[in-house]
Amino acid sequence: MILKGKAWKFGDDISTDLIAPGRLFHLRSNLPELAKHVLEDADPSFAQKVQKGDFVVGGKNFGLGSSREHAPTIIKLAGVSAVLAKSFARIFYRNSINVGLPVLICDTDKIDLGDQLEADLEKGKIKDLTKNIILDFTPLPGAMIKILNDGGLVEHIKKHGDFKID
Amino acid sequence: MGKTLAEKIIGEHAKREVKAGEIVIVPVDVCLTQDGTGPLAIRQLQKIDLEHAKNPQKTVLFLDHAAPSPRKELSNDHMLIREFAQKTGACLSDVGKGVCHQIIAESYLKPGDILIGADSHTCTGGGLGAFATGMGSTDVGMGIALGKTWLRVPETFKIEVTGKFQKGVYPKDLILYLIGLIGADGATYKALEWCGDTIDRMSQSGRLCLANMAVEAGAKAGLFATDDTTREYLEEHKRKKDFRKIDLDNDAEYEREIKIDASQLVPTISFPHTVDNTKRIDDINESIKIDQVFVGTCTNGRLEDLKAALKVIKGKKKHPRVRMIVVPASKKVFLDSLEKGYIKEFIEFGAAILAPGCGPCVGVHEGILGDGERCLATMNRNFKGRMGNPEGFIYLASPATAAAAAITGEISDPREFLIKK
Ligand code: SF4
Repeated sequence: MILKGKAWKFGDDISTDLIAPGRLFHLRSNLPELAKHVLEDADPSFAQKVQKGDFVVGGKNFGLGSSREHAPTIIKLAGVSAVLAKSFARIFYRNSINVGLPVLICDTDKIDLGDQLEADLEKGKIKDLTKNIILDFTPLPGAMIKILNDGGLVEHIKKHGDFKID
Repeated sequence: MGKTLAEKIIGEHAKREVKAGEIVIVPVDVCLTQDGTGPLAIRQLQKIDLEHAKNPQKTVLFLDHAAPSPRKELSNDHMLIREFAQKTGACLSDVGKGVCHQIIAESYLKPGDILIGADSHTCTGGGLGAFATGMGSTDVGMGIALGKTWLRVPETFKIEVTGKFQKGVYPKDLILYLIGLIGADGATYKALEWCGDTIDRMSQSGRLCLANMAVEAGAKAGLFATDDTTREYLEEHKRKKDFRKIDLDNDAEYEREIKIDASQLVPTISFPHTVDNTKRIDDINESIKIDQVFVGTCTNGRLEDLKAALKVIKGKKKHPRVRMIVVPASKKVFLDSLEKGYIKEFIEFGAAILAPGCGPCVGVHEGILGDGERCLATMNRNFKGRMGNPEGFIYLASPATAAAAAITGEISDPREFLIKK
């Protein structure tokens, strides 16, 4: 699968509170509405500006904090094709795969806001078309590739009736 | 070759020897969700007609984060959770019973169990010698329905703590110190295994506090062996039969070993907006005014914590500018502190007491900060926006340090109130 879009740059330690704030707790059962506020406390205008296919590009420890799966879910609902970061917090990483949002670990220092990116999930390569450079990303563990390929954990269990990850 | 606690517990469940790095499918003993994550877990199960619980008596659905509900949307979420409990026979912990992690420790979790919870601080259960870890709604939903999950066996950091705490220094200061040392992502995907004579002497309450904040260093679990302290805790909660001895192996393979001398620690504070932004109180030279003091949460809302705060407060007056909020972590903590007269003392000091639950911790209700306001809280994270307002500032400390700020109106050293000169 090839993903294409523009980079939206964020810093280190983007917490789930910045992605899906607690003050919007009451919108957790209304995800399309919550998605209008995605990453609001990190960049108030992001939700209006992001285009389908774009990438969220973070620094280290992206998604730290709470277990709220609503965070990757609304990033995906906002049209984002993948999140790139130098490292991810554990629960966010697992949740992203479960909801079918690719999360790619690479050296994001080289990417700037507005760069056009192209990610090849099979080859493990990200092309920065603006800078004309190629970045490698760390492949996902096999178990996660299986879940992601089925379209997330719900679809995986629906298809197999059980965990089929080995 | 010995095993780490993670390898031991996960291996028992997988029914074979496991090593760090392996991915295994294991049965889960206890599952929890809370009112922020439960509705999504339930809807995911409904999507694929899996709306049932494999072990209903060990599936616990908590209403604690927005409890009592401050708005109709959340009241409707609560209704969905209550209905699911009714349909599946799962246990419901309704409004007023308290914070999920405290109740899980008091009433459900046994040493050697695997607990998965749709809440990041599920790792609190490691304080009882269980492998307890946080996941998202879908993972825990599937765990509830299928009675199992998949896990990567984590590598382990051994944290050896020796020596005695100075007066006014608590397990909270120790965990803040460690997170400051290794960073908020210093232990991502790892387990922390605690040992040393400080840990051997530590109360169950202190161990739960250390386990609770493992995730703030990125860790998957914070683990403890079990001993007489664990046994007494379970006995006190009428669960004598649930005790099981779990020892540490001396020759386990650790990825990293960290040694800490507890006697060198001082009251420690996390500054906004990350938990690893810690300072020793001795190094704070400016006056930092505090508007709100909050004592409670799954980190420090236990009887021992309330007692530590009261020791500082005794005979003192609350600073007129400060509002103080106290939230016992559970119904039992509330009842016990009533019986001991703690609640009366807090009220007379000028604190507001709220129903057991998360209280102001997650920014959904009760004690949301105003623009530019500062809160000194005993909670476990201080991210921007955490207390309902991205314009607020949250400082983290022990209950004693929080109490000192309630008296002086600024960040202050609790030792000055505890050590007679
Ligand atoms: S008290 Fe705070 S940290 Fe603990 S479960 Fe509740 S919201 Fe989470």
